[in-house]
Amino acid sequence: MSGVLLIEQCLNGIQFGLMLFLLAAGLTLVFGIMDLINLAHGSLYMIGAYLAATLTQATGSFLLGLPLAVIATAVIGMVLEVSVLRHLYRRDHLSQMLATFALIMIANEATRAIWGVQSLTLNVPEALSGSVAVLPGVTYPAYRLLIIAVGVLVAMLLYVLVTRTRMGMLVRAGASNREMATAMGTDIRRLFTLVFGIGAALCALAGAMLGPLLAVQVGMGENILILAFVVVVIGGIGSIRGAFVGALLVGVVDTFGRAFIPSTLRAFAPPSVADAAGPSLAAISIYLLMVMVLFWKPQGLFPSRG
Amino acid sequence: MAPLTAFVLAMALPAVASAFGQDFYVGFASRILIMAMLATSLNLLVGLGGMVSLGHAAFFGAGAYVVGILATEWRGVGNYALLAWPLAMALSAALALIIGAISLRTRGVYFIMITLAFAQMLFYVALSLKAYGGDDGMSLSQRSSLPGLDLAIDSHFYYVVLALSAAVFMLYQRLCAARFGRVLLGIKDNEARMESLGYPVYRYKLAAFVIAGAVAGLAGALMANQNSYVSPNMMHWEQSGVALVMVILGGLGNIWGGLAGAAAFLIIEEALSAFTKHWAIGVGAILLAVVFFAPRGIAGLWTAKR
Amino acid sequence: MNLLEIRGMVKRFGGLAATDGVDLDVRQGEIHAVIGPNGAGKTTLIGQVCGTLAPDAGRILFAGVDATRLAPHQRAELGLARSYQITSLFPNFSVIDNVALAVQARSGSSFRFWQPVADERQLADAAQDILDRVGLGDLGQRTAAALSHGEHRQLEMALALATRPRLLLLDEPMAGMGGEESAHMVKLIEDLRGDYSVLLVEHDMDAVFRLADRISVLVAGRIIATGSVAEIRADAEVRLAYLGEDEA
Ligand SMILES: Nc1ncnc2c1ncn2[C@@H]1O[C@H](COP(=O)(O)OP(=O)(O)O)[C@@H](O)[C@H]1O
Ligand SMILES: [Mg+2]
Repeated sequence: MSGVLLIEQCLNGIQFGLMLFLLAAGLTLVFGIMDLINLAHGSLYMIGAYLAATLTQATGSFLLGLPLAVIATAVIGMVLEVSVLRHLYRRDHLSQMLATFALIMIANEATRAIWGVQSLTLNVPEALSGSVAVLPGVTYPAYRLLIIAVGVLVAMLLYVLVTRTRMGMLVRAGASNREMATAMGTDIRRLFTLVFGIGAALCALAGAMLGPLLAVQVGMGENILILAFVVVVIGGIGSIRGAFVGALLVGVVDTFGRAFIPSTLRAFAPPSVADAAGPSLAAISIYLLMVMVLFWKPQGLFPSRG
Repeated sequence: MAPLTAFVLAMALPAVASAFGQDFYVGFASRILIMAMLATSLNLLVGLGGMVSLGHAAFFGAGAYVVGILATEWRGVGNYALLAWPLAMALSAALALIIGAISLRTRGVYFIMITLAFAQMLFYVALSLKAYGGDDGMSLSQRSSLPGLDLAIDSHFYYVVLALSAAVFMLYQRLCAARFGRVLLGIKDNEARMESLGYPVYRYKLAAFVIAGAVAGLAGALMANQNSYVSPNMMHWEQSGVALVMVILGGLGNIWGGLAGAAAFLIIEEALSAFTKHWAIGVGAILLAVVFFAPRGIAGLWTAKR
Repeated sequence: MNLLEIRGMVKRFGGLAATDGVDLDVRQGEIHAVIGPNGAGKTTLIGQVCGTLAPDAGRILFAGVDATRLAPHQRAELGLARSYQITSLFPNFSVIDNVALAVQARSGSSFRFWQPVADERQLADAAQDILDRVGLGDLGQRTAAALSHGEHRQLEMALALATRPRLLLLDEPMAGMGGEESAHMVKLIEDLRGDYSVLLVEHDMDAVFRLADRISVLVAGRIIATGSVAEIRADAEVRLAYLGEDEA
């Protein structure tokens, strides 16, 4: 394999990993602080992507459509928190799974009812449709570079938010010890709603950014939800740092698997076998990664609770 | 004896349905009973042993693939129910032994996720089986054969399903009341204490996991026959989610929880889909209502009243 | 003869050594009390003996068998049973079913899938005997979660007894009990003498001096003295390290 291809796939992996991080960050916080298994987290990602596509078309500008979609999804997320999810924090995991599974069914069907069964297209903004030379002789799509930049920026913002602000301190306290956070009083309900809103906004951001690269369709939420859960579990539930490391790990392993396993397989096996097994092996690789991590560290890489 | 009355009524169903010219309901009843077997096997894990698996459909699908693959690879003999169905159970049990042995090292949410990961791996393996239809799945040209019966006739097949599901319900009931069931309940209540009382907890959990896997495999073999169709979607995590939803909806740990949940879910789905193509919104709303107003499930409502 | 021999037991939580080279023997048939201030490592030591906490160093011999690497359930099979300082029961089981489950643990395999437990009268009978013994004979049908604190402690004791152990590890069995209840518990432990060997962790000095054949004093993860009741009472170091502050 050539060096150029390697660099390109590295960047792809990091780019996908950063988007996974946006999803996983909200998921792991909700998981760690509120002890809520939110299967409907992927639905917010889907809603964000649909809204971005629609609003971009309505306003004629991705730069306008994207922030509007992010804000709208954050509001939807907070409404959802106040109306339904808040009442699930003290329930067992099974009730949470049943309720949020129900929310997936509702969200998917409502999306079909509103937007139809056809997938939407969201185009890369004109100005970013070209490629940029990242190294002499290595070009990379400008839009993907933007995704990486946005991902890094948001990750840094989150880092500052969690480590440097009072809200972040409460969040961290909550993730490692819920009773303590509750004991500190300070309107914990508002904090939860806010955290949920931020999580939803991050989902929408990921959905909108990935929209031009993947199809905007019903079901997109569930596929990525599973990956986000894998990230959260690998990183250790409730740990933002874990989510970051896990997301990059999963992004890179997934991308490399897809890029190199089928071609490597073709060198050893007859093409018919390689073409059939290659993509599956690639898809399996991240689950294998997770099983290995859990086998070695049953609480994930960065266990946040003793 | 309510169960006996129900059984007699169920025996009469094909005659009644054909008298009204509604033969569709015989196949529908078979589907309910098969899903009830799947849900009951999962209830053994979740309701009795407190092991929340989100990958139970893996064994369901594996059982179905055994029937499909035997029928295509070994025309004639491969079609014998008395060979294919026990083999389906055996393969599912063997898979459950391997997956359980690894997964049961983890607990709680990590257990949920690792079972999900294994099921996804098998899902992708099934996808890669191009010889058996790949992602399209495969149609079966005929149902399995049993001496003395013609399973192609829906009512014959229904009676076989009825007999097998009755056997499963009975097994579950006996098991609940027997030593093994008490041990599982004890583990659910206080695992550490069971260990310190001298119970090899891991072994009991693994045994339950294998039994549940075998029964799910049988249900899968029957579903392959019912639909004359096998596809990777039978192993998809959403299928596992539906099985879990049925268990919670019906009643965790309740002897009739699996049946009540499967029947309610499929009947609601069927009834709503007659009114609107967006029936999934209705199902979701009903599930949400169950979480908030009937936390012990349908069978729980029943037993609470008595 | 020593039933239990603990040698060089160490358990570290991060930088802190909760047990720091503990040597301790429990003789066949004796009641051996372990006393020491809060945080001395008593509960940690019990966890290590029964196998729920893996030791960082040290060895455990039980009835001549090296138990250091055995799992908790294997140690229970050898005849070790514990009661928990923080009550650990089966809250959704009835009181008698709690005990019956413990009896079941030591009466043959539980890989039985068909025969209802209700048919096994001997389990319920044995459970009832033990409930009578700990003073819960009339409460068998209650749900465990519905008992009072004192009753929880009694049931905790019943679970430990139900496995017919050779050595009972009792972690502050009287914690949080009222005067009358603890008097009852002291009487109960007194009655165990001869039938069981007991490693008793307890704060109540009157109870310890009354019950113990020998006493070991654990301070900051180390045994600083072991001896008869009279010896420990007389030991100046112990007075300073522990009894002094208690009696002051
Ligand atoms: N799981 C744990 N993690 C970290 N520290 C622990 C843990 N368990 C006990 N400790 C610490 O070890 C020391 C001994 O605790 P413990 O054995 O409970 O003392 P005792 O029972 O004598 O009061 C204490 O300082 C306690 O804080
Ligand atoms: Mg203690």
